[in-house]
Amino acid sequence: MKTETKKIVAKTGNEAAAYAMKQINPDVVAAYPITPSTEIIQIFSKYVADGEVDTEFIPVESEHSAISVCIGASASGARVMTATSSQGLALMHEILYIASSLRLPIVMIVGNRALSGPINIHCDHSDTMGSRDSGWIQIYCENANEVYHTIINAVKISEKVNLPCMVTMDGFIVTHGMENVLLLEDEEVREFLGKREPLYSILDVKNPITVGPLALYDYYMEHKRSQLEAILKSKKIIDEVFEEYNRKFELNIPSFIEEYFLDDAEIAVIAMSSAAGTLKEAVDLLREKGERVGILKLKITRPFPYEILRKKLENVKVAGVMDRAETFSTMGGPVSIEVKAALYPAIKKPVIQSFMFGLGGREFSLDDAFKVFDILKKIKKENKIEEEFIYIGLRE
Amino acid sequence: MKLKTWRELEEGAVIRNVPTSLEYKTGEWKRESPLYDSEKCTHCLLCWLYCPDFVIKVKDGKIYKFDLDYCKGCGICAKVCPKEAILMKEEKI
Ligand code: SF4
Ligand code: SF4
Repeated sequence: MKTETKKIVAKTGNEAAAYAMKQINPDVVAAYPITPSTEIIQIFSKYVADGEVDTEFIPVESEHSAISVCIGASASGARVMTATSSQGLALMHEILYIASSLRLPIVMIVGNRALSGPINIHCDHSDTMGSRDSGWIQIYCENANEVYHTIINAVKISEKVNLPCMVTMDGFIVTHGMENVLLLEDEEVREFLGKREPLYSILDVKNPITVGPLALYDYYMEHKRSQLEAILKSKKIIDEVFEEYNRKFELNIPSFIEEYFLDDAEIAVIAMSSAAGTLKEAVDLLREKGERVGILKLKITRPFPYEILRKKLENVKVAGVMDRAETFSTMGGPVSIEVKAALYPAIKKPVIQSFMFGLGGREFSLDDAFKVFDILKKIKKENKIEEEFIYIGLRE
Repeated sequence: MKLKTWRELEEGAVIRNVPTSLEYKTGEWKRESPLYDSEKCTHCLLCWLYCPDFVIKVKDGKIYKFDLDYCKGCGICAKVCPKEAILMKEEKI
């Protein structure tokens, strides 16, 4: 299969996500609309109404119900998807843990949006960062094309490891921005995914089971360790699925990370989602001037690829970590804290500077990207970190 | 009951050999036990109807046994009995 023969179309992130859902043809979709991911379900429900998918679409009265329906459907062995953002994800919070502990594959597409307050509808990562410890796999996509292909991979990963998976894109920047998306054929998607083989099914009346039992001090801890085992094992499977996909369709969709001029970089920026794109542009221009700068795009944060980070950042002198969600820990955002923790045991590691940017949709421009590199260059020259965290694009 | 290690557990905390509730002797929780007087009982079966734990066993329309392994000592049976045929008595520990 040659990529040249494939169809390249212009789609927004939301359109690309809805189109992937159409090709996946899930058994059940339950969702409640919320900006900026509303369109995904809006477009998908049209596919349902037009008979283009066989999906049982269940409109509900809240996100709490949406994810609860997804759990019931997934526990019956169905292929299940949903989409949400911000407050909607926050409302699902208690149920997220149920989905992962019951080991139920569900793919949720999230249009990243700031949590209130003040109320805001634009992009930051406070929503999904708030649920990063819920046992879901989390994949952050840079652009519409990555969203489309990653969703297809996420379905396979989720069902193979029996864990739910969030695929996110930056609200408005990617959900509403139109870009080139390279599409597969319906048959290719369906053949790649095959049929789900569930761990168990509550509809198997011949073999009745108990799902969601009580486990107190005598068993809860063993169950958590067993759940951890699943996510530990998922690391290999995630890589295998992306590898199989890329091989089959001659593509290059990143799995845990994407390297951009990282090989010989002395200064590197670790960034996620759409900001990685802006930073790549800055790297292109700085490389023209002969500066040894690079990007490590972090795409999957759960499970956290600490081994890869340790290896890839070994020879980097100074690294900056970009966070788009505040933790109020007073020591930077969630990603920088985890990157620091990941690198701490390493013998050879870069000096790390935390950056905060883009909260509530604040623009992250090319100039801002240069500013980040300027600060890192200064740290390299002076060999010292002066501030625990630096806010980029803030009115001081 | 020997407790399982984390490796022996079913993934997703699923329990396959159902029902397991019979192994759970909820009767161990109680502070008071129903004391049944078959002389006073008219077998109206109100207690049987109200008992939340199916403790009171009936055959051919007549009570023949209280399965105290599963009685939590709530006293509902004693309360609903019109003949005062059931008395709640404190358990000796
Ligand atoms: S005390 Fe409660 S549980 Fe025990 S037999 Fe009476 S009604 Fe049933
Ligand atoms: S309620 Fe009292 S009289 Fe009626 S069956 Fe029970 S013990 Fe007998």
